Amino acid sequence: MIEAILGPFAEFSFLRRALVGCLALSVSAAPLGMFLMLRRMSLTGDVLAHGILPGVALAFLVGGLSVVSLAIGGLAGGLLVALAAGALSRATGGREDASLAATYLVALAFGVALVSTVADSVEVMALLFGSVLGVDDAALLLMCGVATATLLVLAFAWRPLVLECFDPGFAAAEGARGGLWHLVFLALVVLNVVAAVAALGTLMAVGLLMLPAIAARHWSGEVSGIAKLAVGIAAASSFTGLLLSYHADLPTGPAIVLTAGLAWVVSVAVGPVDSLAARRVRRRHLAG
Amino acid sequence: MTAPAIRIENLTVAHGGHPAVHHISGSVAAGSLTAIVGPNGAGKTTLLRAIAGLHPPSGGRVSLAGRVALLPQAATLDRGFPICCRDVVLLGLWQRVGAFAPMPPGSGERAEEALAAVGLAGFGRRPVGSLSAGQFQRLLFARLLLQDAPILLLDEPFTAVDARTAADLLAIIRRWHGEGRTILAVLHDLDLVRAEFPEALLLAREPIAWGPTEQVLSAANRLRARMMAEAWDDTAGPCARDAA
Repeated sequence: MIEAILGPFAEFSFLRRALVGCLALSVSAAPLGMFLMLRRMSLTGDVLAHGILPGVALAFLVGGLSVVSLAIGGLAGGLLVALAAGALSRATGGREDASLAATYLVALAFGVALVSTVADSVEVMALLFGSVLGVDDAALLLMCGVATATLLVLAFAWRPLVLECFDPGFAAAEGARGGLWHLVFLALVVLNVVAAVAALGTLMAVGLLMLPAIAARHWSGEVSGIAKLAVGIAAASSFTGLLLSYHADLPTGPAIVLTAGLAWVVSVAVGPVDSLAARRVRRRHLAG
Repeated sequence: MTAPAIRIENLTVAHGGHPAVHHISGSVAAGSLTAIVGPNGAGKTTLLRAIAGLHPPSGGRVSLAGRVALLPQAATLDRGFPICCRDVVLLGLWQRVGAFAPMPPGSGERAEEALAAVGLAGFGRRPVGSLSAGQFQRLLFARLLLQDAPILLLDEPFTAVDARTAADLLAIIRRWHGEGRTILAVLHDLDLVRAEFPEALLLAREPIAWGPTEQVLSAANRLRARMMAEAWDDTAGPCARDAA
């Protein structure tokens, strides 16, 4: 049993690298996912992940499956979608979700068209769904670097982000520069999605961002509690998912995301806060 | 006569070009307690938001002698957000603490005192989602207490609260008045305005009357305010008064 759990990591350095990278991402992406969820922007991470595809595809055309070029391309693509959508909706008075949907659909179609013209199917699978073998030293450095930067920025941005999520009107009245923090936050989300692509693939990168946060919401009623639990769930999902990927011979992206999905299913079913069970169980009422 | 706390010079605030507040001039004396009354659509909320700097004017200017705290009519905050009452009250320290600085010592006690002052003693750890509408309005008053601003703008502070809550909140307004703060409140209950507010501004997009409450709320003035055309004039050309 222990051999089945720890053996693969002891034996294969690529699995160890993937594990370290995913654990680093768990620490940084899960709190970001919580803020996305609290801002009712749960789908924005997905939008950004699709938005990076043309950038990644262009980089892939130029430099192949090299982490550095993929990261630069993805970062440029993601920031372009996020900023273009935000600026467009402000300039035209439209809704941000509408402009996001429009820009990411165009970006996704463009990216898929680009990739399909050149790559062979193994590489396309790795790009879209991730591969344990994708986490080379450069990718590991990228993932850990992004996690470090994210934690540093979050430490400073925590209070303004909570305020901007909770009461944007008050933030505006008090001159808390909510718009600026929002941009910083979106940049962090893009960074994390790009860093996750190497291990999880572009289509699954958001899984580690959103699922742990959404699951943690059912276990705590306080922002800090949700953030800590989300990190824990993300880390556990990374470990279990990599094992699943190894034993069942699955791409790492779906394996990790399915594990996090299982945590979500359990949470939404029996968690103490707003879960199906908590809603159904009729508790004996108190005297006052 | 001391310097005014709020000076409004020929202020016009427009929504899509149509003026919601049209050519208002006047000043609010420091330490005064003023009610803003007028029909729906008279520009009361727009005026408060313009004074708070949340709505850029399309003409004229507002100058303030101090920090402003605004109690919005429809709070934008997310009542389902996982945050407890004490932390909401502590947000009132934002001007002094900002994004990075640690909370000054004693902040927690100040928040508890503010909660007690609005009748929410013991609510500190309760999530905001569990409060009733009236308790919620009390909570926002507690946050105003910590904001400690010399100028207070209250937009319909007693809407959707019961008589006892209204009386408690009114007592806090009186306390602020006694401390020499300048208060502007949008209200609809004219009896309350007559009883509690020495000054009044009757607004119907343009100021109908501004001064001592009894004179402002005369039958003739109220009739004039009711005559205000609520609809925009889609054929209106540029306002000629700007040239003057």
